[in-house]
Amino acid sequence: MSLLSTLARLEAVRSGRAEPLATVRHRHLSERPMVLVPLATAAEDGAPLAVLLGTDREAPRLHLVPQPLNRELRTEFLAAFADDLLPYLESFAEAVELIEGSEKDPVTGEKTPVTRELCADAPQLLVPNAGAVRHLALIGRATRFRRTAADPDPGPHPAPARVPLLGRWLTHLTERAQVPGSSMLLPMTGLLARHWATGQSLLEDQHLAAQLAWHHPPAGLTGAQAAELAETARDEQGQLLHPPAGPATDPRFDEKLLAPAIARFDAALTARRGGPGTGAPGTVEACVEQLRALLLGVLLPTWSDVWSGLELLRALPPAAHLPERWEGDRWSYTGHRDRLAAGEPPQPRLDDAVTAARKLAQREREQARLDVQEALDDPLAMAERRLAGEAFAAEVVEVVLDHDTSGRTPRPRPLLVLRTADRPHAEVGREVHRIGAPSAQKGRIAAVEAEQGLVTVRLLSGMGRRRDPEPGTLPEPGERVLFALFELTPRQSAPLPEPDDTPWTHGGPPSAVRNSTAVAEEWA
Amino acid sequence: MTSTVSSVDTTAATDPGAAADAAVAAILDATVRPAPGAPRGVVVDSPPGAGKSTLVVRAAQELVGAGERLMIVAQTNSQVDDLVDRLASKAPELTIGRLHAADTPPTAEAVRHPNVTASAKPGDLLALDAVISTAAKWQWVRDVEPWRHAIVDEAYQMRSDALLAVARLFERALFVGDPGQLDPFTVVGTEQWSGLSHDPSSSAVVTLLAHNPAIRPHRLPVSWRLPASAAPLVSEAFYPYTPFHAGTGPGDRLLLPGGRADGSAVDAAIDEAAEYGWALLELPARYTVRTDPQAVAAVAATVRRLLDRGVLAVSEQGRRPLTAERIAVGTAHRDQAAAVRAALLELGVPVDATTGPAVAVDTANRLQGREYDVTVVLHPLSGRHDATAFHLETGRLCVLASRHRHACIVVARAGIAELLDEHPATDPVQLGSAVRIPQGWEERIGGEVIPLLERVGAQFPDGWEANHRVLAELAEHRVRL
Amino acid sequence: MRVLSVTDATLASTMNVSLAEPARRLAALRGAAEPRSLDARALAALAANPGCRRRALLDAAGVDKGAVAGRIGNPAPFGRSPFAIARGTVFEARLKADGCAALLAPLRRHLGLPPHDDDRLATPDLLPGAGPAVRAARTAEALAEAVKASLADPRSWTLLDHPMLRLTVAGAPAFLEPDAVVVHGGRCTVVEIKSFPVLDGSADPAKVGAAARQAAVYVLALQQAAGVDGGAGPYADSAAPGAPELTVLLVCPQDFGQRPTAAALDIRRELATTRRQLARMARIEELLEALPPGTSFDLAPDDAGQPTRPVEELAQAVDSVPAAYGPECLSACELGFHCRAQARDAGALTRLGRGVRADFGELRTVDEALGAAYATGEAAEETTERLRRAARLRAEALTEAAR
Repeated sequence: MSLLSTLARLEAVRSGRAEPLATVRHRHLSERPMVLVPLATAAEDGAPLAVLLGTDREAPRLHLVPQPLNRELRTEFLAAFADDLLPYLESFAEAVELIEGSEKDPVTGEKTPVTRELCADAPQLLVPNAGAVRHLALIGRATRFRRTAADPDPGPHPAPARVPLLGRWLTHLTERAQVPGSSMLLPMTGLLARHWATGQSLLEDQHLAAQLAWHHPPAGLTGAQAAELAETARDEQGQLLHPPAGPATDPRFDEKLLAPAIARFDAALTARRGGPGTGAPGTVEACVEQLRALLLGVLLPTWSDVWSGLELLRALPPAAHLPERWEGDRWSYTGHRDRLAAGEPPQPRLDDAVTAARKLAQREREQARLDVQEALDDPLAMAERRLAGEAFAAEVVEVVLDHDTSGRTPRPRPLLVLRTADRPHAEVGREVHRIGAPSAQKGRIAAVEAEQGLVTVRLLSGMGRRRDPEPGTLPEPGERVLFALFELTPRQSAPLPEPDDTPWTHGGPPSAVRNSTAVAEEWA
Repeated sequence: MTSTVSSVDTTAATDPGAAADAAVAAILDATVRPAPGAPRGVVVDSPPGAGKSTLVVRAAQELVGAGERLMIVAQTNSQVDDLVDRLASKAPELTIGRLHAADTPPTAEAVRHPNVTASAKPGDLLALDAVISTAAKWQWVRDVEPWRHAIVDEAYQMRSDALLAVARLFERALFVGDPGQLDPFTVVGTEQWSGLSHDPSSSAVVTLLAHNPAIRPHRLPVSWRLPASAAPLVSEAFYPYTPFHAGTGPGDRLLLPGGRADGSAVDAAIDEAAEYGWALLELPARYTVRTDPQAVAAVAATVRRLLDRGVLAVSEQGRRPLTAERIAVGTAHRDQAAAVRAALLELGVPVDATTGPAVAVDTANRLQGREYDVTVVLHPLSGRHDATAFHLETGRLCVLASRHRHACIVVARAGIAELLDEHPATDPVQLGSAVRIPQGWEERIGGEVIPLLERVGAQFPDGWEANHRVLAELAEHRVRL
Repeated sequence: MRVLSVTDATLASTMNVSLAEPARRLAALRGAAEPRSLDARALAALAANPGCRRRALLDAAGVDKGAVAGRIGNPAPFGRSPFAIARGTVFEARLKADGCAALLAPLRRHLGLPPHDDDRLATPDLLPGAGPAVRAARTAEALAEAVKASLADPRSWTLLDHPMLRLTVAGAPAFLEPDAVVVHGGRCTVVEIKSFPVLDGSADPAKVGAAARQAAVYVLALQQAAGVDGGAGPYADSAAPGAPELTVLLVCPQDFGQRPTAAALDIRRELATTRRQLARMARIEELLEALPPGTSFDLAPDDAGQPTRPVEELAQAVDSVPAAYGPECLSACELGFHCRAQARDAGALTRLGRGVRADFGELRTVDEALGAAYATGEAAEETTERLRRAARLRAEALTEAAR
C-alpha cells in the first residue's frame, strides 16, 4: 500500500467514513451491465450452487442446483444459466463499426487496404468480489470441453449445446479480467477499493458489505462499527444478518438451513421415484421452492450491495482515457465473437509457450498504459507518482533559448529552469516528458540543485521544425508545468514467433496431444 | 535466485587454479567442439567472481578462431557496453559489432576501440566476427540468417519470454550466468503459468533446462573475487548444492588501514573488516523509515573514513591504495541509495562516475555483476517492522554480500534476528504441471495415468534461512555504534 | 490430521521436574477443561504469526480459544460446512477402499515399485483404539520393524496407516497423527491426504503451503525419533536408517473428480522454519514468568457446561498477555476479532495491515500519524517530513479536482 493511500485510510479512520482515493472513475461502466452473484457449494471444489443475475435491479433471476452433487441437476442448472446469460453476451455482436486499416503482405511487403469489424459496444459483467471471478473461471474450465449431442462421440452424458459455449465465454471473460484496466468483468470490491479508502485493511475490504458499510454507515455508527455488524451480526437462530457475498456460503447456513433443505429435497425425490402413489404430489416442487426462497434470502443482500456500489461509482465523473481502454475490451469481445463464428476449438487447458508469453506481454503493456493514463486523468494518481519521485510539478523560473548547431540546420534546444517543491529522482541526463504540452515534448535533465529545489531541463522536441520554437510550444516564466520521468506512451512489445515456430529452447512446437480435450470430465 | 543442480563436480581437485582450468576446458570443448548429437545448449553456472567474463571472452575467441561468427546477448545496455569494452581490449583481433537502439547510443568506453563498430542497423554489422546487443534489441532483429553460435550472458537474469523471442536467431548457444543473483520479475500477475515449464516470467535457464533434460549444467568452481573470508559463507548460505572455493588463501588479500584509528565505532568496524573481511556496524534497535537518517549517516561516515585513513589493498594483483572507485555502497531501495549519495556529497565524497573516480552507490539490482575492493551495505532489514518477501529475497542479500574482493561492512539496526524469527517464510507453495516424470513412470495404472507433480519454484536456499546464516557470521564481527 | 497434546498424569510423573513445571503451570491456566489439541490450524498459524505471545501462550496451554473468544463477546466466525466435512470423508474413504488400492497406486509410483506387489507390503496394526501414549509406543515399534525389514529386502515396504508420533514442544510432549507414513529402502516418507483438488496440475498455493508446513512437523517428529539432530543445516539430508525423506507426498483429488493424484513436496524450507519456531517455543517459560499471579483462562463451567468465570476477569486475563495483531489474524485465530477490537480502541496503525508501519517509523497510532502529517511548522524527522509531503500532495490534488 502506498503512503498516500495509507494516509487516506487514516483519514477514513478519523472521519469514520470512506475517503476518496480517486477524483475520477477509472473503469468503464456500461449503460446496461449484467450483475451476477454466484454461489458455490462446499461439497465439491467450485461446483455451482446458485446464481442470481440480471440487468435490472428490480428483476433479478435465480438459478439453482437443488442437489449440488447430482450431475444431471447440475447440467440442468448450467443449461438454464447459459440460456439466461448467453443472449446478453451475444446481444452486442450485431452492431459494428467498420475500421479501415491496411495489411502488409508478408512476402511482397505490399500494403493492401482492409476493413475490419469492431463491435460498437461490449458486455459488462459485475460480480461481488474476486472470489466470484475465480468461481466463474472454474465453471468455464469445467464446461468448455463438455461434449454435446452434436459431437461425433457424445459420451454417456451429452450436455446441451449451449453449455460448452457458456464455458468458452466465461473463460474468455475471466481471462480478459486479468488484463490491467480491462472492464468486461469487474469485481465490485476491487472497483470500490480503487476509488475509495476505508478505515480498515485491504483484507477486510474483500468483504463487500463491510466495505460498503464505510460509505453509508447507519446513523450513529462509525464505518468501523457498521462494518463489524455486517461481518458478524447474527439473528436469534444464529444466522448472519448480512450473508457473505459468496461464492462460499456461511458454514452455519449450510449446517442449519441448507443441508436440511437439501435432505428434504432428496427425500422427496426418492419418494417420488419409489413408484406411483408414493410421495405426495408436488412435494419435490415444494422442496425446490423452499430452497429457492432460502438461497434468494442469502443472495438478495449481496445483489443490492453490488447495485449500491454501482450507484456510488456512477456518481464519479468518468476519466478521460476510458473510451480508449474500453475500445480494447471491444476488440477483445469482437475477437472472441469471430473465433466462435469461425468454429475454432475451445481455449486449451494450458497455454503453450508462445500464447503465455503473448498474454504476459499484453498484460505488462496494459499495466504500463493504465499507470500512465490514470496519472494523466487524475491528480490524485499523479500525486502518487510525484511522491514516488517519478514526476514533478514546477514553476518555470526562466527560459533560456539555445540551439543544437551540430547538424546542417540549427535546432531549438532551449533550457527551462524550474523550481519544484517535489523531490523527483532527477539525475542529470535523465529523460523527462512534459505533461500538457501541445504535442509530445521530450527533454533531458541538464542540472539539479536539490537544495534550492531547482531543476534545469533541456527540451529536445515538440517545438516544430523551424530554427526557433513555434509560438506556444514553450511554457512562459511563471507558468506551472508538470514533468514525468516515465514515458507517456508505452513501448510496443517485441514480436514473438508463431506457436508452430516455437524454438528448441522452449520444447519446439506444442503437441496437440497435451492439450487434448478428450479427457473424461467427471465434474459436470 | 534460481537453483539448479550441476552434475559436473570439479571440486575434488585440490588446486583451485587447476580445478577452474579443467572446468573451463570442458566448457570450451562442449561449446566449440560439440560431440555429435550433443544438446544444442551449454549452460554454465558461475558463482560470484568465478571468471564468467573471462570465459565469455575465451569462448568468443575460440569460436571465431574456429571460423565461426557469433552473436552475443546480454541483458542491459551497461552490461553490453562493458562486454564490448572488455572483449575489444582482450581480443583485439576480433571485429566486434555493437548493435544498439536508435535512442540509446553506446558509451564512449565501448566504442573507443578501433575494432568496434556501432550501429542501430543489424545489416551494418552482419559481416563482423561478433555482434553484441541486449535481448530487448535482438528481439526486433529480423530478416537475417541465423547465427550458428550465440553466447547468452547473465542468462539467469533473462526472462523466459525474451529467450523465446530471440532463440530463432541462433542454432546453438552457450548460456552463462550466476544462479544466485536476483531473478527476473514482472509487475503483473503470472500465477496462471507458475508451474508451467515455459512460464514466461521465469528465468530463461529454468525453461531451457526443463525442455532440454540432456543439458547438464557446467559450473565454475572457484571464485577469484571473493576472499577466503567470504567464499565459504557465501557458498554455504547461497549455493548449498553447488559449493565453490576461493581462488586465494587466507592472507593472500590484505587490507591495511593507514593512519590511526580515531577510537570511533566506525574506525573499529573498519579495523574489524580489515582483519576478518566482515564487520557489522550495529546501531541501537529502532523502527525507522527506509531512509533511516542515522544509518545513512553511519554508511557515509564509514566511506569517508575508508578514504581518509589511506587504506592499502594488497592482493595477488599488487598493492594499491583504496580509492573511491574501488568502494561500493549497496542498498535495497533506490531512495536509500539516493539518501546515501546525498550524505556522501555532504561529506565531500564523489558519487558521480561521469565526473571522475567516484564511489558507486546503488541498489542490489544495479550492482549485480560488479566488483569492488570494499563494500558498505545498508542491511535490507535494518529498522524494519516486517520482513517482506522483497526484503527476504535470497538473491538480493547474495548480491550485496558478494561484490567485494577484500571486505564487506554491513550497517544495520539491532534486532534483525528477532525480526526474522517473527516473519518466517509462510509463502504459498506452487505445484507444477511441468511434470518432471522420471523415466519409465509413464505406465498406466488401472487405465489412468496418475502423474506425480512436484513443487516448483522452491527457492533454495530460502532467503529466511540465508539471512539467518549471514547474520550469525556477522554477529561474530559486531561493533556497536 | 489430529494432534493430541497430553498432560497425562502418568506421563508427567515420569518426566523430570524442570520439564514438568511449565507443563503444570500451563495446565493450571487451562483449568479442568480438556486440553485443546494443537491442531493443523494451530500449527500453521504458529508459523504464520510467531511474534504473538498471546497466541503462543494460549496454544501451549491448550486453552480453547474459541470458547474464550465467545465468552468475552467476540466469537470466532469459523466453522466448517457439513458439506466440506463430508467431502473430505468421501475422498479418504475412496482412497481406503479395496485395501487402499487407490492410495497405494501413487505411492508405488513414487517409490518406483511395481504394481500388484501386495505380498511385499506390510500394513501393521497400530492399535487405533488405544490411548495416544500407547499408540505412539506401538508406532515406534512398528517403524523400527519396518525399517529393519526394508533394509533386509529392498523390495519390501510398509504402510503405516494413521501412525501416532511424539514430538516434544516447549518441554511438553505433543502427539501427532499424520495420515500415513510409508517405509521403504530404510527411509520413511510422510503422506498427507488433502481434499482440495489439483486442477490442470496446479493447486491453491496457500493450501499447499499449509499442507507443507503441517507435513514438516511430522518430518521433524520422525527425525527426532530417528535421532537426526538437524545440526548439519537445513539442506543436509541425513541418510541414516529410519530417517524421514525430506520430500513428502501430497495426495489430492485430481481435477473435478475423486481420482487421486500425488504431488511430491520438498519441505526442507518449512522444516527449517518449523525447527526454529519450535525451539523458540521454549520461551513459553518467559511468558509464564510475566503473567500476573492468579491469571487463569479456565472458563470454570458449571454442571450444565455454562462458563462461570466473570467475563471481565477472563478478558483481563487475555489482555494481560500482549498480542501482535494484524488483519491476517481474522482468518487464522479465534481471538482475531477480539484483538482487532483492542487494536482499534488503541488506535494502532497495524489495524490497517502489518506492512503499513514501514512508512511511519516509530509512530504507532492513527492519531500520532495524522498529527504528524497535518501539523504545521518545520518537520524535524525524516518520517514526519515525508508524511507532510504526502499530506500536502493529497490536499493539493483534491483541491485541483474540486476546481
